[in-house]
Amino acid sequence: MSVIAIENLVKTFGGVRALDGLDLRVEPGEVHGFLGPNGSGKSTTIRILLGLLRRDSGQVRILDGDPWRDAVALHRRLAYVPGDVNLWPNLSGGEAIDLFGALRGGLDRRRRDELLRRFDLDPTKKCRTYSKGNRQKVAIVAAFASDVELYVLDEPTSGLDPLMEAVFQEEVRQLTEAGASVLLSSHVLAEVEALCDRVSIIREGRVVEAGTLSELRHLARTTVTVETGRPVIGLTELPGVHEVRPVDGRVRLEVEPEHLDTLLAHLVRFEVRALTSTPPTLEELFLRHYGDAIDADQPAPIGGTR
Amino acid sequence: MSAFTGTTRLARLALRRDRVRLAIWTLGSPVIGYALAESVASIYPDEQNRVGYAEVANTSVVARAFNGPVASTDLGAVVVTETYLTLAVLAALLSTFAVVRHTRQNEETGRAELLGAAAIGRYALLTAALVVVVGANVLAGALLALVLVGAGLPAAGSVAAAAAITGVGLAFTGVAAVTAQLSVTSRGANALAAAAVGVAFLLRATGDVLGERAADGVRLDSAWPTWLSPMGWGTQVRAFGDERWWVLGLPVALLVVGVAGAYALAERRDVGAGLLAARRGPARAAAGLLSPAGLTWRLHRGALAGWAVAVAVLGLAMGLAGNEVDDMIADNPAAAEAIAQLGGGDELLDAFLAAMLGLFALTIGAYVVQALLRVRGDESDGILEPLLATAVSRTRWLSTQVAGAVLGALALMLLAGATTGLGYGLAAGDPAGWTVELTGAALLRLPALLVVAGVVTALFGALPRLSVALSWAVLIVFLLLGQLGAALDLPQAALNLSPYTHVPSVPAVDVTVLPLVLLTAVAAALLALGLTTFRHRDTPI
Repeated sequence: MSVIAIENLVKTFGGVRALDGLDLRVEPGEVHGFLGPNGSGKSTTIRILLGLLRRDSGQVRILDGDPWRDAVALHRRLAYVPGDVNLWPNLSGGEAIDLFGALRGGLDRRRRDELLRRFDLDPTKKCRTYSKGNRQKVAIVAAFASDVELYVLDEPTSGLDPLMEAVFQEEVRQLTEAGASVLLSSHVLAEVEALCDRVSIIREGRVVEAGTLSELRHLARTTVTVETGRPVIGLTELPGVHEVRPVDGRVRLEVEPEHLDTLLAHLVRFEVRALTSTPPTLEELFLRHYGDAIDADQPAPIGGTR
Repeated sequence: MSAFTGTTRLARLALRRDRVRLAIWTLGSPVIGYALAESVASIYPDEQNRVGYAEVANTSVVARAFNGPVASTDLGAVVVTETYLTLAVLAALLSTFAVVRHTRQNEETGRAELLGAAAIGRYALLTAALVVVVGANVLAGALLALVLVGAGLPAAGSVAAAAAITGVGLAFTGVAAVTAQLSVTSRGANALAAAAVGVAFLLRATGDVLGERAADGVRLDSAWPTWLSPMGWGTQVRAFGDERWWVLGLPVALLVVGVAGAYALAERRDVGAGLLAARRGPARAAAGLLSPAGLTWRLHRGALAGWAVAVAVLGLAMGLAGNEVDDMIADNPAAAEAIAQLGGGDELLDAFLAAMLGLFALTIGAYVVQALLRVRGDESDGILEPLLATAVSRTRWLSTQVAGAVLGALALMLLAGATTGLGYGLAAGDPAGWTVELTGAALLRLPALLVVAGVVTALFGALPRLSVALSWAVLIVFLLLGQLGAALDLPQAALNLSPYTHVPSVPAVDVTVLPLVLLTAVAAALLALGLTTFRHRDTPI
């Protein structure tokens, strides 16, 4: 049973189709990365999952309930950290944390105090005096101190410094060790790479790629740089080999993973002296999907799952 | 680079940000002025009517307290008296909000930091705000003067009247410039300045109530408290009477002092900091806070306390004044009629007390609107989103907010009745009996306030984006129907639109139960509509 199961979700605002047949599946115990640039529909999806927005069409199940109809019962079993945390200006941070905890159905006081210490947050300051990062910490502490099955985190670390980012990652790992599931919307790719078991890449309201990181990598080309004793010939005729170009007496090329074997067999005939093979980073995967937004009208080179 | 570098650019930015607001402000005041001038001219067409009006207005404690003295029996003077409170309060509040919006709000949101990092002088933000707000006041005043002249009033008086209103705006521009330096939040800065408007009103009302009538029976010489109030200065210009132009120097002086003070404070503090330091709060929440009801109480108690103080002071003052009503108005049928029109019934004293309770009910309607519109503020500020992601249902959250606003209004209404009764009882004897009687009478006005709460809730559910503007518009319509409806001879069908028309004007008339039941039913229907539409719509929108 999936923790989150979305099929063919559509949501329009006026004439704008914010979600255009989105599919998303989060399995129990996993940290699922939800990747996409601003305006691609991440927050809209999350708000539908929280029963704040109403879907136009499609299937949405969360913790085996209907997010709109069963909102209150479901909210006892999940915790949410919004991307842009706004709090009551005249409440102290500690009061806001306790309030969120109580309204969700109780929070672990020991855990709360430990999190306050770990995130180095002064709970006696009024919320209006907090910086963006500190407001985010309030929401994170309130969420992580709740013992729930699912954590929905919408760009939770966009205001945190690197030190706090590390603390955040450790705390997320603790949550999953305890058996919880996490939906982590983010565009901090290093964070997603460090934490996520599987990722879904969203673009213009649709998920264009989903899978484990190694699966995604498998779909993308590996970059190979090779130095040989004799000049390599016949590379361009090989199946699955692209972008061959000489660089400083070496040859750099891109190869589809399933043809790596053929390439290596071909190369050994030219006295290989050095060879590096770099799998694509998440950045590259991501940019491949959005490259055409920058590099207008170029179709994304990756094939496959659409 | 001087401390003023970038002022022009920032002023243009402020004009761009507020082009709609400023247009409504500068055009709206003259339009209101013109409409009221026309209607007053039709009610008091000849000198004889106006002598009667001036006698009533300068005799009646209530008229003195709310409208101030009438400068002469000219048509223009009557127009000024009837419009002054509205236009002066508008100018004061609009100036305040505009100054704070372009100074402290920019700092609070961090925009000032962004601007401060550019080639912007230390005083530029404040100066730009002042230039824009002073400019808007002067422009609105100039248009008002033109409109009054266009309505056929003498030029000198028209200019003096418009300048008096502009003066009030300028005085509170100076006040807001200082409060924006003191408080670290725009809400706090606005509250401080709005409190100053309230104090100015009370000082002027006190001075005018305590004033002496001149021998000719028309002129009223205000007592000294009026001279302490920027709201009072505008009336002391005596537009359309023997204009005293020098009085206009007072608001300008206050503006200069305020601006100088604001510059001095700006020089001494950091960006984003205030003189009133942000206090710390508890590290843990008290158990009482940990529910929607607890949170609602916490968020509203400050404003409620402020309202309670103002209501109690006004209630006592009005009650004490009630004892003089008979002496002052007994032999003035015109004044008696004016009060009877507001309060209903034949007994002068009862009519007066009923009229006071009616005014309280209208004013406390503003509390209901203000308190309940917080739901829309929370929604558009993004505070609502994480709250509704907890195990609190939308219905529970919204009904808690409605209950909070209604209970607050109930408390204020009871306080209004009790203090008015106590004040009158202290002056006339039997304080306990009068306190009980007027508290009961005040309670009967509650159904009208329930309808106001219902209207705001329904608007929030069905038309959230327009709910703020429409809620205030509806309350203003109720206010106009209640205060001007009878005077303007509006048809009963129009008057019936306001719930305040239907609550029994006790103690002037007997209690009738049916309207109370019907009003409560209407309120319940509106509340149900609001709750249902809110449950079925997207949030936030």
